[in-house]
This record gives sequence, structure tokens and C-alpha cells, in this order.
Amino acid sequence: MKLKGLPHKFLACLLTLIISNSLYSAETLKVGVVSPITGATATFGQENVNGIKLAYEKIKKAGGKKFDLIIEDDKSDAIESTTATRKLINIDKISAMIGEPTSSLALASAPIVQEAKIPFITPTATNAKVTQVGDYISRACFTDDFQGVVMAKFAINTLKKKKGLVLIENTSDYSKGLAKSFTDEFLKMGGKMASTEELTYAAKDTDFQSLMRKVKRANPDFIFVPGYYVEVGLIIKQARALGINVPFLGGDGWDSPKLFEIAGPAVKGSYISNHFAPDDKDPVVQNFVKDYKKVYGVNPGGFAALGYDALGIMNAAIQKAKSTKPADINAALVATKDYPGVTGKITFDANRNPKKAAVVLEAKETGFVFHTKVNP
Amino acid sequence: MSQNFIYFLWDCLQYFINGIAQGSLYAMVALGYTMVYGIIRLVNFAHGEFLMIGAMCGFYALRANLPMPAAILVAMLSSGLIAIIVERVVYRPIRKSGRIPALITAIGTSLFFQYFGQLVFGADPKTIPPFIEEKIFNLGEINVSNVQIAIFCITLFVLLFLFWLTHYTKVGKAMRAVSYNLPAAELMGINTNKIISFTFFLGAALAGLGGMLMGYTMSVEPMMGMNLGTKAFVAAVVGGIGIIPGAALGGFIIGIAENLVAGLYKSSLRDAVSFFILILILLVKPSGILGKNMKEKV
Amino acid sequence: MGYYHGILLLVGIFITLTLSLNLINGFCGQFSLGHAGFWGAGAYASAVYSVFYAFPLPAPINMLIAIAVGFIAAAICGLIIGVPCLRLRGDYLAIATLGFGEIVRISIMNTEMVGGPRGFINIPHWANIWWVYGVAFVIALFMFNLKRSAFGRAIISIREDEIAAENMGVNLFNSKLFSFTIGAGIAGMAGALFAHTQQFLHPSNFNFMWSVIILVMVILGGQGSVTGSIIGAVILTIVPEALRYAGGTVAEWRMTIFPVLLIILMMAKPEGLFGAHEISFRKRSEG
Repeated sequence: MKLKGLPHKFLACLLTLIISNSLYSAETLKVGVVSPITGATATFGQENVNGIKLAYEKIKKAGGKKFDLIIEDDKSDAIESTTATRKLINIDKISAMIGEPTSSLALASAPIVQEAKIPFITPTATNAKVTQVGDYISRACFTDDFQGVVMAKFAINTLKKKKGLVLIENTSDYSKGLAKSFTDEFLKMGGKMASTEELTYAAKDTDFQSLMRKVKRANPDFIFVPGYYVEVGLIIKQARALGINVPFLGGDGWDSPKLFEIAGPAVKGSYISNHFAPDDKDPVVQNFVKDYKKVYGVNPGGFAALGYDALGIMNAAIQKAKSTKPADINAALVATKDYPGVTGKITFDANRNPKKAAVVLEAKETGFVFHTKVNP
Repeated sequence: MSQNFIYFLWDCLQYFINGIAQGSLYAMVALGYTMVYGIIRLVNFAHGEFLMIGAMCGFYALRANLPMPAAILVAMLSSGLIAIIVERVVYRPIRKSGRIPALITAIGTSLFFQYFGQLVFGADPKTIPPFIEEKIFNLGEINVSNVQIAIFCITLFVLLFLFWLTHYTKVGKAMRAVSYNLPAAELMGINTNKIISFTFFLGAALAGLGGMLMGYTMSVEPMMGMNLGTKAFVAAVVGGIGIIPGAALGGFIIGIAENLVAGLYKSSLRDAVSFFILILILLVKPSGILGKNMKEKV
Repeated sequence: MGYYHGILLLVGIFITLTLSLNLINGFCGQFSLGHAGFWGAGAYASAVYSVFYAFPLPAPINMLIAIAVGFIAAAICGLIIGVPCLRLRGDYLAIATLGFGEIVRISIMNTEMVGGPRGFINIPHWANIWWVYGVAFVIALFMFNLKRSAFGRAIISIREDEIAAENMGVNLFNSKLFSFTIGAGIAGMAGALFAHTQQFLHPSNFNFMWSVIILVMVILGGQGSVTGSIIGAVILTIVPEALRYAGGTVAEWRMTIFPVLLIILMMAKPEGLFGAHEISFRKRSEG
């Protein structure tokens, strides 16, 4: 078969595109973002990016050092995540990066960023292993370890319930990790599990009847479900329909208005740990909620708030840094102290995890309301 | 008998009941696969996406405050319409190129709708309410919901309807003729293109119906067709691909098996169940439970 | 590791992967839709060796062992799947292989030791661009020579016409099993290389979608053509990546354009770029 001229021309165009992109002056400071805008975890990525973009608009209007924001889609795929990260580092020559919202995607790209010594902050990846990758990796949210402890303390101290049950989504590392940290703390504080069996479900499960019957027989005082809102909504609905009336507890994976659509009035009286409460009277929070609603038309969730804070924290570090060199930005980043975030006052500890409060929210008919703030 | 064992028996019955309801959904979707395969020997990978589009349109219809029956109609019509368009624009020209290009085209169509759907509908999952007010009957250790009973009845009705259609109407006879031997049917004066379009429409409409009936148990999002479609396809194969009662049988088997495994063991293995059954059938009787063995002639 | 470097590595790995699938689909004509399962099995097996059981040997030797482990693990999977399923024809085989691919992925997802849904991290960085392209070169050479050997032609005859081949004395089952097992094993080698360059594995890398992508690489290049597979792998790794640069809206539609291109390809040139031929430098006399 003869190769006609077309493939040659095509390759030439491709090369030109690529080369011209890399010749683009590296003078302006650039911050890169890798997030799943499409694919299986697109809901999280899109929310994160909404928060990031809102923060960026605000930052552009303020004074100080300027930077460009470059957003790449990783299609919820680990290979894409690493390729996009490398593109940002090598081609766009970013000096800082806002990372992925989920722990597994963050774990894929963090080693690359660490090796390149670029400061990296993930808005919402809560698995402890993420910041263990290296000293250039930080996060804007609390870890699952902390969340679990918060809810365990809440169950025993506030709700005064000692007999509980945990339902784990065993296709989610987040769920398993959070369940473990909750259970460890709960048992340490004198709580008891109502059943010796490990009760699990999988993502995309829709029928929990048999699970619920096991729960009913075990007769706990409360049920902790560290999962995501889609399954949790169905679980609570089906539990109430079976006559299980004890309170449900959960983590930030519940945070979505869809939870109320799915579960309906059944979700009333549940409690979750979360990063922020939209009805928090703090003016920082209220301004954010107002701005977000004006641009996007809906109330922001935890993912948006953390995206907003992540870029905010990085920006504060950029402004404070001695120079625009990544190493200096990182030095300022890890020294972040009392940053007034929407999700609380943020100070990094030795492992670049923020020491900040968690909020416990109570579910009412149509949404979550602020219940208590729990400090570390 | 120990108390635990009695619980176990009741649980199995419950899983069985849930399996029948779930199986009805698989059966409805499997019907579309089997009808299309029967008529042009194509595994329509995009069938799950027809369901998805129907469910999405149904969702928007509900949002526009249409009553549930109207929304279901909208879903069925949109699935059917998309199927006809796809068949006309994409599958028909490929038909002459052979099985593999057709299969690949179907895969491409499936992927296209998934990603296009994400851009157009948004990736966030949407919720539809059950098509009738759900009432759960607590019968001691088991629960049956009126929705489950209704779905099962509707599926039976659809099966009876299809039986009547294929055996007692001209269109149905034409469908059977085309599936036996397309060139011969053409020579007998049957407008094969029209029959094929009709088959696509019917199969997709049923999928859309299934999606709306069971949509309340899952999140309606652009990637929902993938998983559902694959399992329904397995169901069709297990029952005997190309054979309508086979699709129903396969659907129920898969539904029950999945629920038994998910309930008695780990629900994260649910997806593997359908494939295990698939492999089993392919080893023991590849033409499916109700299938006939067709030997390839030289 | 640089951006271009990363892409070149992926290209090399996909070349090996495409060649391995071509052996099964292109040469032997067995339509397999679960190839990513073999890739994953090899990747995870080699990673398990490196992370948990590695001998204290210099890295190159360990890499060789890891590749061997990947090959063997994947080949065993190929054998397990092949023996029962190769009696099936066409569509049925495709479905069965799809099923097996999914079973492999779900099993990995449920295995805590390899990280399950979290992913497998901290795999040592033993492979580099020389390894990746070295293996690709060796496999390409192997396929070239196989194609021209008597055994290779026997395999190809199965694709052309099974019944005729059988009548000519070709042992159908053995030949099919050979292609399947070796094809799977080579995919396993690509998996080992993948694991030791990416240093991170996740079950979602080995799902049905990826089986489809590898399949498209084979089809695009032309089933049965070694050069075709190489070109197909190159194009389908680079073009989706290049589309990222085509500007905001196009980049967003990147994932939609890819299947459309696939459909157009099937309509316009279903035999792929090279058909079953190789690139030829001989002048052909036109009539």
C-alpha cells in the first residue's frame, strides 16, 4: 500500500502544534489543575473545579503576584492522570499543582509531582497514604483517620450510644479506611459492635433488603455508613421502610443534595462529619456561598468548598513565597498557618495534613444544617 | 432446626423474590438484544445506551411535570427513535462489511453515546421515582413490594404480547422470516429494511420501558447502560440468543443468581456472577438453554 | 520522567500489547474481547513479585524475572480461558473472553493484598525506555518471523477458513490454543513493563474499555499486519493525547471524537490501514 501525502502532513501539523505549545514563554507563573471532568468520578471533579474557578476569579481581582490557571481533564483514569500531570510539569512548566479529588487518582500523580519537586495540594483526597508520598504533597481536607474519630466521639459523647453497627462499601478504599478509623476509636472509647459479622455492600448496589434484615436482627443503637450518597440514600430509605428507626451516621461522602432526593424524609435525624456547613454563620462561609450561588445557581457542596480553599491556600503560599521558584512556594505552603478557609482555619501539621475542625451536620427534611464543630 | 438456619431459608426466599424483580428488568433489556441479534446477527453493544437515552428523556419529562405514564411513553419513544436513527445511519451501511466491523461499529456507537451523554446530560446521577407509589408488604421475615409485583406482571404481559406479535401478526411472521433467512425473505417480497428498523424500535422501546420501571433503584447517568447492557446481553446468551422466551428465561436466571450470591456472600462479586454463568453455559450448551444447535456447513 | 518520555513509554507498551492481540485476533482470527484482563494479570503478577517476593539481585535481572513472571501468569490465564472456550465460534468466543476479562478485573478489585480499589503503589521503577522498546522490537521480530513460518501460516489459515484448514491437516485446537496462550503471555509482558514504568496500578486500567482500545489499535492497523499493529498503537496513543491541545471545546469533546473516528474508519476502510500486509519497499508494477 502506498503511503499518500496525507499522513505526512498530519504528522507535521501535530508536531507543529506540540512544539509551538512548548515554545510558549514560561515567564508567567502557572498553576496546574488535574481533575476528572469526565468519566466515572466526574461529579467530584466538576465540583472541585467549580470551586477552584470561583477562587481564581477572586484572586485575579486582588493584587499581588499573578498566575495562569491551566486545567486538565484526567477522565477519571489513572494513566490519563499521570500523562496530564507530566504535560503540566514538562510542557506548561507549572510551578504548583492542585491535585485530584479522589485518593486513587491522587496516588497516581503524586509521586510524579514529588519527584519533580513541585508543590501539590489535593482538595479532597482523604486517604492517609497520599501525603505520605513526600514533602511536596499536601491536602486541604482532613484525613479519614480524623473523620472516623470525630464520628466515634460524636456517637459516644453526644448521642450517648454504645452499641453500633458499621456498613462498609468494600469496593471503595475511602469507605474501608473511614470504617476502620471509626471502629478503632469507637471500640477504644468503650463502644461495642452489635454484630460480629462484617456487613458490606458494593458500589451501584440498589437492593439492601437482606443487609437491612441482618441489621434489624442485630438491633444496634445507631448505624455508621461511611459510604457515598447514592447507596447511602437507598440504604436509609429501605431501612426505614423495614422499621429500623435508629439514627444513621456517616462521613463526607454523603454530602450531596441528591441524598435528599433519593432518601426522601427518611434521612431526617442522621448526622455526618463534613468539611463545612453552608449555613455556618461565619461571614467567610456566607460570602462564599453567596458568590457560588450567583455564578452556578446552586448551593456549594463540600467538594466545591475544598476546591475553593485549595486554590486559596496555594495562592496564599505563592504570595508569601520568597520567589516564584517551586521550592520556595512549597516552603511557604507547608508553613501555612491559620489560613481563613471556607472549611475552617487551616494549619498544616508535620505531615502537611491540615489541623482543622470538622463540622457535624444534622440532616433535616431538605438539607443538612450545622450541628456542632469538633476541633482536633 | 436452628434459628439461624430458618433465617437463612427466609433470606434465600427473599433473594429469590428480589431476583425475579431484578430479572424482569434484565429480561426486558435482553429482549432487545435477542431480537436484533435474531434478525441481523449483530450484537448491538449500544443497546444499553438506548436504554440510557430513554431513561434520560423520561427523567426530563418528569421534570417538566408530565405524569408518569406520559413520561414512560416519552422514554420508550425516544429509545425507539434513537435506535431507528442509529440503525439507519450507522448499522445499515456496515451490514455488508462483515460481522467484526459491525461489532466494532456497535462498540463505537456505545462509547460515543456514553461520552456524548456526559457532555450533554452532565455526569451527575439523576433520580427517578418508582412508577407507582411504593408499598412494601411485610410478610414476617420477607418483604415484597408492590413495585416488584407490578414489574413482574408487566414483563409477563410484554412476553405474551411479543408471542402474539411474532406468531399471529403479519409483521411478526415477517420478523421470523427475516431472522431465518434474510435473502429468501427479501425474495418473498418482504421489505426487510422496514422490518429491521421495526425490530430495532421495538427492542429499544422495551429497554426504555424497563429503564423507567426500575430506574428508581439505580442512578440514571450516562454510563448506566454499560453494566446493565452487558448483563442483559449475558442473559440473552444464556437463554439462547435470538430466541425471545430465552431472553426472559436468561434474565430471570441472572437476576436470581446475582441476588443469591450478593446476599449470601459478598455483593461486590455481583458483577462476576453473570459472567460465570455465561462461561458455564458457553461450555455446556453454547446455543443457550433454549437454543438450537446450528452446525456450520462447508 | 518527562512528558514526551512518558508518552513514548506508553506507545512502546501499547505496541507490544497490540502485537499480542494481533496474534490472537489478526493471525488466528479468534475474536477476543478480554485482552486487558491478560494485560492486568501480567502487570499485577509481576508487581506482586517485585514488591513482595523480589530476590536481592541487581535491577536488570529482577526486571527480567518480573517480565517472565508477567508472561507466565498471563499465559496461564490464557490457557485456563482457552481450553474451554476455543471450541466456540465468533460471537460466542468474543462474549466469553469479555466475561473472563471482567472476572480477572473484579478478582483484582477484591484482593486486598494488591490494594484492591485503592490501587497498587510503590512498584519499583525497574523498567525504562530501553526495556520497553527492546521487548517491543523482539516481539515484532518474533511476529514477523512467525508469519512467514510454516506454523505461522497454519495459524493464519485458520483465520481464513477453519474447515479448509482442518482438512489440510492443521490441528485446529492446538494452534488456536498456542496463539491464545502466547498472545496472552506477551500481553502479560507488556503488563510487567507497564507496572514497572508507571509504578502504580489500578483495576480500572484493565477494564473492558481498555480491551476495546487495544482492539481498535489492531483493527486500525489491519488484522494480521505487524506493521499495522505498530502504526495503530502509535496513532491511537498519540492522537487522543494530541487532541488535548486542539483548544478548549475540542479537548472537551476528545472522548466523543474518538469513537466517531472509529465508526468512520469502519465505514470507510474496515480492513484497516495495512490490511493483512506489511509495509513493502518493493516497487509493484501497476497494470
